[in-house]
Amino acid sequence: MSQKLLISAKEIDIILRRLACQLIENHTHFRDTVLIGIQPRGVFLADRIKRILLEDYQVSDVKLGYLDITFYRDDFRRGEKTLEANKTQIDFVVEDKRVVFIDDVLYTGRSIRAGLTAIQSFGRPEEIELLTLIDRRFSRHLPIQPNYRGRQVDAINREKVKVHWSENEGEDAIYLISS
Amino acid sequence: MSELSVNHLLGIKYLNKGDIDLIFETADHFKEVINRPIKKVPSLRDITIANLFFENSTRTRLSFELAEKRLSADVINFSAASSSVKKGETLIDTVNNILSMKVDMVVMRHPNPGAGVFLSKHINASIVNAGDGAHEHPTQALLDSYSIREKLGEVGGKKIVIVGDVLHSRVALSNIFALKLQGADVKVCGPKTLIPKYIEKLGVTVETDLKKALEWCDVANMLRVQNERMEISYFPSTREYTQQFGVNKKLLNTLNKEIVIMHPGPINRGVEITSDVADSNQAIILDQVQNGVAVRMAVIYLLASKIKQ
Repeated sequence: MSQKLLISAKEIDIILRRLACQLIENHTHFRDTVLIGIQPRGVFLADRIKRILLEDYQVSDVKLGYLDITFYRDDFRRGEKTLEANKTQIDFVVEDKRVVFIDDVLYTGRSIRAGLTAIQSFGRPEEIELLTLIDRRFSRHLPIQPNYRGRQVDAINREKVKVHWSENEGEDAIYLISS
Repeated sequence: MSELSVNHLLGIKYLNKGDIDLIFETADHFKEVINRPIKKVPSLRDITIANLFFENSTRTRLSFELAEKRLSADVINFSAASSSVKKGETLIDTVNNILSMKVDMVVMRHPNPGAGVFLSKHINASIVNAGDGAHEHPTQALLDSYSIREKLGEVGGKKIVIVGDVLHSRVALSNIFALKLQGADVKVCGPKTLIPKYIEKLGVTVETDLKKALEWCDVANMLRVQNERMEISYFPSTREYTQQFGVNKKLLNTLNKEIVIMHPGPINRGVEITSDVADSNQAIILDQVQNGVAVRMAVIYLLASKIKQ
């Protein structure tokens, strides 16, 4: 197994700021907007975006929740292992809100499909957008595209794109791992 | 650990501590799900579950059915009173007929101890024991422990007394197995006639003085006197039983601490527990019922994920 650094900490910082600015451009005060981090890996990105909005651009009162999609996945009983769930935490109403899904890597699109079904259990949002740090284009199984994209990556199926966060892995970095 | 060590839930005695932890962690997620505006997830939409109740039940049957429906499983219900069992059909024939309609999982309550184990050896489906005679009632014990964990933070190290008709109670036996597995201290309390001989071999102590037992414990799980299983008289009168083993507010007020009161239901108000206790803040009886749905969803989800496609 070998891993190659795709994006460094400095580049990640620039990308995150750009994504935050793009969100501000479209949502201004975030009054009717809620951010939803997709469990498990999207929550790190969502936390970062919220922090940048608050600390660098003084956008306070951004509502952020976490959505677990395990029970909505389309591969239940198809793999070897039982699918393990994570915590869902949405302490606000999503009905009629502009929802922004946040996930680290967009690959086949199946997680986002599950998220689109899962969020309906909490109400009917006015619209749903997707923000993703890495877009693995040419790998999609479903007609799903991001509205906000950090970087496009071309990787073959047996390669893996892994996002490291300083709060979890001790560094900000994005690696391409090939087996 | 991400999967159960068993393919059926026949009794707590077949589980290990890791299984119980996994069931509780999964139940935490389902508890959040059943408090959403839409309380349903699509996980089990390709699974069919048969609820076979050869013995009466209200809350367990409803709780299982709700758990199955919340997981989007297809559900068929069967009760012995309105079935061909009355015409002389054997258990295996009855179940095989149902399974030939492509059923993946069977939830069964049966008056005979070991009925679930017997069935699991003869049929090709996942079995959940919803109570077999005076043997085990594993999901009740799981939801009881889950409710203690929710109320007190953890089960390990806590002192639990099981009060009443231990002899006829499947809830008591499953609870003893579950609580001991999690490292709780367990006492049973009741008339000597309703405490099985050699019960100490399960690692529990016996107390016949209710006040002493309550002073010792953090949680009291009150059992119903199962008159329907009694062919002889085990105590002189219900009035005398209530005087010695019934919990009332006056008795609880004499204790120097506030203990948690549990009851698996159905309650005989005024016999093992008075209304002022059952309806008080100390009682978590209705929490137990709500947790029952989440815990059963967890058990069914985890077992279903082991069924091969």
